[in-house]
Amino acid sequence: MIEVIDLHKSLNGTEVLKGITFKVVKGEILALIGKSGHGKSVLLKHIVGLIRAERGKVLINGEDISQSRGPAREQLRKKIGFLFQGGALFDSINVFDNVAFPLREKTRLKRDEIRERVLFELAQVGLSEVEGKFPAELSGGMKKRVALARCLIMDPEIMLFDEPTTGLDPATAKSINNLIRETHERLKFTGIIITHDIYQIFSIVQKIAVLNEGRIELIGTPTEIKTSEDPFVKQFFLKGDDHHEKI
Amino acid sequence: MVNLIQRLGNFVIANVEKLGKTGVFLGTAIFWTFIPPLKIGRIIKQISFIGVKSSFIVILTGSFTGMVLTLQTYYGMEKFGAEALLGPTVALALIRELGPVLSALMITGRAGSAIAAEIGIMRITEQIDALEVMALNPYRYLIVPNILAGIITFPLLASIFNVVGILGGYLVGVQLLGVSQGAYFGEMVNFLGVKDITIGLYKSLSFGLIVTWISCYQGFTTSYGAEGVSKATTGAVVTSSVLVLVWDYFMTSVLF
Repeated sequence: MIEVIDLHKSLNGTEVLKGITFKVVKGEILALIGKSGHGKSVLLKHIVGLIRAERGKVLINGEDISQSRGPAREQLRKKIGFLFQGGALFDSINVFDNVAFPLREKTRLKRDEIRERVLFELAQVGLSEVEGKFPAELSGGMKKRVALARCLIMDPEIMLFDEPTTGLDPATAKSINNLIRETHERLKFTGIIITHDIYQIFSIVQKIAVLNEGRIELIGTPTEIKTSEDPFVKQFFLKGDDHHEKI
Repeated sequence: MVNLIQRLGNFVIANVEKLGKTGVFLGTAIFWTFIPPLKIGRIIKQISFIGVKSSFIVILTGSFTGMVLTLQTYYGMEKFGAEALLGPTVALALIRELGPVLSALMITGRAGSAIAAEIGIMRITEQIDALEVMALNPYRYLIVPNILAGIITFPLLASIFNVVGILGGYLVGVQLLGVSQGAYFGEMVNFLGVKDITIGLYKSLSFGLIVTWISCYQGFTTSYGAEGVSKATTGAVVTSSVLVLVWDYFMTSVLF
């Protein structure tokens, strides 16, 4: 379970997060939506402990990751998978080695077992044939799939997705969203997904939080958000409709 | 006037802060050097990258440095009839000073910039964040192997530089200018002490630390975008080169 309590953060003198509070219960996915530059990625990086909070707490299964250090933080991070916006694959090693990397570094599995697990995860994301390729040889969608396989190989309890479909064509974006849905149905992880694909995520997530200028404007089920009378949310969805129609 | 003082103050504070961060970075890297396990595979890879791949440029510059040094020294010594001391003069200059400094500057240009660029690109493409999220320490994987590889390879490359330089000097001094082979090498043995060699090796070792430390730091703290990587590589080469020369003076004055 993820619980964010009264989170504050300033970057370069500007207050980016102004007291964020929300909770994601076990097995649920929350979508975090909002305009670009309003602190969504900063918030996600707090949840994984990449950025230290000025005030407030980020509880992962009851333990505060924002104040943890050393082995305690490592233990918390082992529970979390993070899909970066660009995939963040290591470009000096091939796809197989990228996916195998956490297993080689964090487990004592034998070579054959690692190979079996890596090939299984690559098959799950629909990329059985690319194990020998380097990240530079892959398309944007393929990179995201490989990065997802690398996250999933350690069986995380929590998955964080930072704009998994940004920069992809609509068909590839849809396939990535479907992959997230299928993976969630299979593994039942707790998750947070930052996205601009408002309509595509309705069927994936159980809750949506709307972030506006460093604060949570509204949080609720997809239906509640869609029918909300909040002016900011209405305006946000209106723009989403325009965008959707253009697509 | 107040504005000028304020700007000067901000400049000083910013630079002191940067100096402090650079020191903390080195302290953290040294701490992780002593926390096992060391990433032996990555250390060997970096030894190959910094050392083996820099050997050609070091041999090339070493040979020409030895040759030109011999020419210039011969020109001066001939006036006093001291050509017999050509060998030890060239060897002392190379082993105590030119070998460590020039090889360090050459490696800075070739490997220091590449280290800063590689780590900088890893920073802006979130690969370093990915390591952290996997509960893996980036110092252990990226910084420590580079620093250890620098400490190992710089003295070796400086030694190669010295040997090649002395041989280059032999070509010019003995083969072209007619100094006797016995005088060139014989006097060298008489005048060179173990201390001269150890001073040179200590210098190279410290240059190895300086260049890899600064290059890693510049890459690790790269700001976002292509401009950030460009600034990091330039900063790595310029700062490392200046520090090598400044530190060289201090070491020479202390170890003289």
